[in-house]
Amino acid sequence: MTTAPALETREIITQGMMLNMGPQHPSTHGVLRLILTLDGEEVVDCDPVIGYLHRGIEKFAERRPYRHYIPFTDRLDYLCSLANNHSYCQAVERLAWIEVPERAQYLRVALLELNRIASHLVFLGTFGSDVGATTVFLYAFREREHVLDLLEEITGARLTYNWMRIGGLPADMPENWDKGVLEFCDYMEPRLDENDRLLTNNRIFRVRTEGVGVVSADEAVSYGLSGPTLRGSGIRHDIRKFRPYEAYDHLDFQVCTESGGDVFSRYRVRIQEMRESVKVLRQVFEKLPEGPILTKTGKLLKAPAGEAYSQVESPRGELSFYMRSDGGTDPTRLHIRAPSFCNLTVLRKLAIGTKIADVVVILGSLDIVLGEVDR
Amino acid sequence: MKGWIDSLIGGSPWMLAVVHGVILLLFILNTVLLMVYLERKVAGFIQSRLGPMRTGPYGILQTVADAIKLLIKEDVIPTKSDRFLMVIAPFFVFIPTLVIFSVMPFSEGWIASDFSLALLFIIGASTISIMGILMAGWGTNNKYSLLGGLRSAAQLISYEIPVVLAALCIVFYVGSLSTVDIVHAQSGSWRFLGFLPLPKWHIFSLPLFFAALIYFIGQLAETNRTPFDLPEAESELVSGFNTEYSGMRFAFFFLAEFGNTFFAAALAVVLFFGGWDGLQGIWGALWFLAKAFLLVLVMMWVRWTLPRVRIDQMLNFAWKLLVPAGILAVVWTFAVVVYKSGGQG
Repeated sequence: MTTAPALETREIITQGMMLNMGPQHPSTHGVLRLILTLDGEEVVDCDPVIGYLHRGIEKFAERRPYRHYIPFTDRLDYLCSLANNHSYCQAVERLAWIEVPERAQYLRVALLELNRIASHLVFLGTFGSDVGATTVFLYAFREREHVLDLLEEITGARLTYNWMRIGGLPADMPENWDKGVLEFCDYMEPRLDENDRLLTNNRIFRVRTEGVGVVSADEAVSYGLSGPTLRGSGIRHDIRKFRPYEAYDHLDFQVCTESGGDVFSRYRVRIQEMRESVKVLRQVFEKLPEGPILTKTGKLLKAPAGEAYSQVESPRGELSFYMRSDGGTDPTRLHIRAPSFCNLTVLRKLAIGTKIADVVVILGSLDIVLGEVDR
Repeated sequence: MKGWIDSLIGGSPWMLAVVHGVILLLFILNTVLLMVYLERKVAGFIQSRLGPMRTGPYGILQTVADAIKLLIKEDVIPTKSDRFLMVIAPFFVFIPTLVIFSVMPFSEGWIASDFSLALLFIIGASTISIMGILMAGWGTNNKYSLLGGLRSAAQLISYEIPVVLAALCIVFYVGSLSTVDIVHAQSGSWRFLGFLPLPKWHIFSLPLFFAALIYFIGQLAETNRTPFDLPEAESELVSGFNTEYSGMRFAFFFLAEFGNTFFAAALAVVLFFGGWDGLQGIWGALWFLAKAFLLVLVMMWVRWTLPRVRIDQMLNFAWKLLVPAGILAVVWTFAVVVYKSGGQG
């Protein structure tokens, strides 16, 4: 009796494919590099590499008079440069005990909310093209054009506004600017409904975003997420509400939260926030008081020795400037807590185990700006 | 038209093939030029902008300028690529597109070769292009291209089946695989609910309307149109299997893609919308092209409206929904055919 020869068992050695996504890639939203290890379409590992846009912006502050640093902050999160201007100016105001006139406080809110809408519209557009709906991109940019026109009318710039000053604003709003803003508010709300019909309620969009990239509330807190990314996980935290600055405590608005924690929830929070911003804008011009718009600070500002920390709810989350002064004309140390940087940390956890297409969508939903991540 | 060509070249079958080939090639080139222009304009209008406006009146010369640009562009072949595969891949993709047009009946007698297995030939020949896409994905030695090529293979193989099932319904219904016979079967008219006169197109009869839907969705995937444009998903894979191609080789992929899109629409007209439908000569051809372009417009409309699905969702959709639906359509059609023939078919 012969026995069949024993079959030799050999293991097939397979290897994940390393895919270098970025820094030049249409969907990494700037110069982010993701080193993906792939098993077919599935992501086994995701290693974000940052620093391609590092310019040492924090260091620049240490050799400059306080006022000269404001244009640098424009270059952090270039989609909402007014929020950066503002957070910086607020830090200096706190450091040097400078009061901001009430009219300037309201106008600042108007500018910040307009800028928030512009920033969220960029999110909407790029997110739309991330999931493949290119038309949404152009619609969002069409709407953003109106915001940029309004901001251009008051600041003269369309991206890097450089419009906040320590102690207020450099100039009052032009005549009839408020009418333009209110017209925009009336224009914007139907457009958001239109977007709901086109994208939010689209079946394909829903299956692409629902249940993808889920961050639980606990994880969201432990990763230090903030802004819509945090609120998408069901945590009601908004600095405008819980540590109000400027005129926010006189204005009525909702903190938008969604409980899903997935990509769709984060998207939904941003869309809702645009509606809330419109609401805030309407109130600002109802309540706008008369008066000066800038507190005089002298030619060369000297802050007393000490530290200051300014928290601001930028469109991306908690944007903070920490500043220490030894009594001179420039800070001895400036640190920027950039929301995009903290939000990006959760990407690796979310990306592992998903498909490549999901990585793009998850990254889009975190809404990072590399200028702020790399500083 | 056949007689005219015959008299021109004296009836040599080889010359006949060449002449038909050249005519079809010119037709495809011009159609693609027109379609690219149309696509840009349609995309522009949908996205509330104008589209090309600068080159020629209303930008009509824009695609011509782009074609010239592609012709004179450098043909880059990366050092680490598999040169042979990379060089021949575009032809593998383009030639099937050209070849299947030979059985497309544009009008009564306006067909390069009318033979009885035309539909089978179309299905068989168009599948070859998958190989070309895989070759391009593998040969260019780019990881994005590889992913695009693999996606493409998975997608085309999956969606080929519902398309074939939908075509099978027609074959049952008409009893012939010849494209000309299929068109002839749709001439005449009938009365919907006894009073509304409708042409006897297949789209207006119930099981075949169902088949038409399956066919249309399947063809959207076959031709890489938006909800299913995964092989070249711009936001994920940069440009998919053709990332490394430039110049004329890229143009061949482009031609094939738009050629296939037009072919899918034209085949839908043949199968479901009555082809040239009773008209003769040039009028039949124009009527046929008008319907085909209308369907192309629908495809463009879909493309610029919908987001893209994910690979697993796409395959699930094909295998769990479209294929069973296709089988159902076939069974349904079969039942209808048997019922109509009184059980003697």
